[in-house]
Amino acid sequence: MSQPIVLAENLGRDYEVGGGLFSKPGIVRAVTETSFSIEAGKTLAVVGESGCGKSTLARLVTLIEEPTAGHLRIGDTEATPENWKKLRTDVQIVFQDPYGSLNLRQKVGAMLEEPLKINRPEMSKAERQAKGREMMRLVGLREEHYDRYPHMFSGGQRQRIAIARALMLEPKLLVLDEPVSALDLSIQSQILNLLLDLQERLQLAYLFISHDLSVVRHVADDVVVMYLGRPVETGPKDEVFDAPRHPYTKALLSATPRAEPGGGRQRIKLQGELPSPLNVPPGCPFAPRCWKAEDICRSDRPRLEGQPHPAACHFPEA
Amino acid sequence: MADASSQIARTVPTRRAGRLREFWKYFSENRGAVIGLYVFAAFAMVAIFADFLAPYDPTTQFRGSELIPPFWQEGGEWAFPLGTDAVGRDMLSRLIHGARFSFFVGIVVVVVAATGGILLGLIAGFAPKWLDTLIMRLMDIILAFPSLLLALVLVAILGPTLLNAMIAIALVLQPHYVRLTRASVINERTKDYVTAARVAGAGYLRTMFVTVLPNCLAPIIVQAALSFSTAILDAAALGFLGMGAQPPTPEWGTMLADAREFVLRAWWVVTFPGLAILVTVLAINLMGDGLRDALDPKLKRS
Amino acid sequence: MSLLKIRNLSVEFSTASGPFRAVDQVDVDVEAGEILAIVGESGSGKSVSMLATMGLLPWTATITADEMSFDGQDLRELSGRARRRIIGKDLSMIFQEPMSSLNPCFTTGFQITEALRQHTDLNRSQRKDRAVELMEMVGIPDPSRRLKAFPHQLSGGMNQRVMIAMAIACRPRLLIADEPTTALDVTIQAQILDLLTGLQKETGMGLILITHDMGVVAETAERVAVQYAGQKVEDQPVADLFATPHHPYTSALLAALPERATERRLATIPGVVPGQHDRPEGCLFSPRCQYADERCRTVPPPVQPAPIGRARCHYPLNVPAGEEVA
Repeated sequence: MSQPIVLAENLGRDYEVGGGLFSKPGIVRAVTETSFSIEAGKTLAVVGESGCGKSTLARLVTLIEEPTAGHLRIGDTEATPENWKKLRTDVQIVFQDPYGSLNLRQKVGAMLEEPLKINRPEMSKAERQAKGREMMRLVGLREEHYDRYPHMFSGGQRQRIAIARALMLEPKLLVLDEPVSALDLSIQSQILNLLLDLQERLQLAYLFISHDLSVVRHVADDVVVMYLGRPVETGPKDEVFDAPRHPYTKALLSATPRAEPGGGRQRIKLQGELPSPLNVPPGCPFAPRCWKAEDICRSDRPRLEGQPHPAACHFPEA
Repeated sequence: MADASSQIARTVPTRRAGRLREFWKYFSENRGAVIGLYVFAAFAMVAIFADFLAPYDPTTQFRGSELIPPFWQEGGEWAFPLGTDAVGRDMLSRLIHGARFSFFVGIVVVVVAATGGILLGLIAGFAPKWLDTLIMRLMDIILAFPSLLLALVLVAILGPTLLNAMIAIALVLQPHYVRLTRASVINERTKDYVTAARVAGAGYLRTMFVTVLPNCLAPIIVQAALSFSTAILDAAALGFLGMGAQPPTPEWGTMLADAREFVLRAWWVVTFPGLAILVTVLAINLMGDGLRDALDPKLKRS
Repeated sequence: MSLLKIRNLSVEFSTASGPFRAVDQVDVDVEAGEILAIVGESGSGKSVSMLATMGLLPWTATITADEMSFDGQDLRELSGRARRRIIGKDLSMIFQEPMSSLNPCFTTGFQITEALRQHTDLNRSQRKDRAVELMEMVGIPDPSRRLKAFPHQLSGGMNQRVMIAMAIACRPRLLIADEPTTALDVTIQAQILDLLTGLQKETGMGLILITHDMGVVAETAERVAVQYAGQKVEDQPVADLFATPHHPYTSALLAALPERATERRLATIPGVVPGQHDRPEGCLFSPRCQYADERCRTVPPPVQPAPIGRARCHYPLNVPAGEEVA
């Protein structure tokens, strides 16, 4: 087995919220006990609803925030804050909203050259520019647009710029935080194709964060399903999609609308909504909404284990 | 509804005319702003070319021609179109040179207040909580004083000169910039492009000045335009109270103060400096409103 | 007779860089008790055409239509007062962002009863009872307590339920839902869609669902209108649309769905939706269409007859045997 690009063990991140002069701050466990690894050229998808901790996970892996528990290793280096500077060039990120992720006061060229200016000060201006132009070609943009401002581009083109910027430092791992959610369907497929092409050509590892299961099904190799900050099921894509073991995965799959009319499928209807992350139920976090929950689910937290792929449930599907 | 119009706005872009032209389009929609701009431009011209425009030296006293009324009044002379003051100085020349002082005051005060304010605001926006609190409470204290009173106290301590008056006014105006900058920094800081810059390895200084600051400038420019007029007004007020420019400097406020005793006898000695202040301040405020229309994205219409 | 009938609706905005046509010659028909979905990408004018119907567009918009009638009443002729009597009562609308559609300063209960106060002559306690009843209808647990809650104290899904409760407070004949689930999670989306279709069946109202999500369309709508760059390009019953799309745009859009992909590379539609300044002369889709020829690029296409899905195309696809192409 080849060396994974990124390896996370029991990664966790807590936040203190509230807490004035007289009240004790509450603790939100945004991410807890999350482990995974991604190899070069592979895609790990993290799926879950809002508030499940997938964006926090992205920030941890992108070295924007420090984990409060567990280890993160990128390449051979332990990703502690002392090493962040060294690892910057290995991990880059593409955000969801192409309208908010580009600096409107910066020309595209300057935006692409900025990471090089900071991280490769020995590079000459001409070299930087050559590289920026090459990257624009690579993501399917016209070189003439090098000196334009972002407001002259459409959403899809902006997302291409964001991808180009992320690739300027030749990272090994690209964190894609809902990269196509804000795009129209016809543009979405262009960007997905671009991402798949780039992965093939540059052997990039992707951490693909999304709530759209049909997109995940198309791009992922492995999947982690998260609920309230914890992974509840993880495994190869086909296994998870075709034979989900955790009831939550099953419900999620069943709730996703399919573009096939007249199916008349029986939807699993989940009761209620996500509990507040401030008081996660003591047992299985999904128990209050689960149709299979029994007493043990409400008292003991199930571990992420089992065959053929691990699921955190006391009563997993076959 | 806002959603629908933003959708439209998104489909429009690609080949939009330059940013400057768009700015002018919004700015020129406000007729008052355009008039304000012209008046301000004229004011600036007068200030710059005062030496060539003024018929006499502002401090020359023409013996025997004291308190001559403007030319259209009985006893007026064409030699002194706007009359002369109590010691026989030409009003027109003094007003023209006064424009230079007012302009100078405005520029210096705005530059000093804005630079300091932006710096402090940026620091407060990025700093850990304790430093942020410290800076902001300090600003709150300054804001808690009536501004003119505080300026007066400062000038009283520093000594009554025009320079000290400017320093005092700049200090009094500074908190507005700090608050404005901090608010927009905090708003911008959470945006994805700032995170992207950090992921690219940008340090604090780079993030503060290269990434965030240019995106915060629009409201600050508006504030700068508006405080230009406040500075002129405050300087005139200090001058009037004898705490700013000292006679015989032809500063508008000081001129007003000198003319106090002639209010009933010679209306022109008070009226013209007063009018000059009024017109300039009004023009700058109108222009500032137009700037706000053009620069503040919140007020933009599709 | 149709509940809502719109013929040849056009909406033009005057913008900083000249006029912009957001909606172009659109026809809409909705029968009572029907679910019509309007699908399209951003900039297709799907929201704008409905906002125009509701009279909710800003003053920069110029609305023209040959006919625009709701339940036999001409909406164009109505005075502001008469229009307000209809809108919010017989014709109501819910929006994408439940959080910003509700006023954060007032309790949800106040906002629901406010709608009742405007349009009904119920007294105070009757209004409150009706509000509780409505909240039960939309599946809000513990309604009498939730009436006192402020919008920020409720989740997005709950707020959208409150919005729906407000919209159906006066038993509307037609409900327009503008991307009602786009801001919500899938499990909540499923709940809200079930709620909307359930209410529609129960009350027999017409429902217009504006969305960009083909999955939502397939699972909820009965008839689908596809819009592109301000024009309606196709109009078919839902099953037929997904099986035999007649307009190349519909067909390409369906092919671009990741779940319909047969290989790793997805089918794409090259280019982008034309903007204000690069509107093509003939068919608006021609620059991106794989079938386009010289005629498409110069002559605006005709609208095909109903059996060919009213496709706005010179060369519609999947033409049933025996049908004449216009």
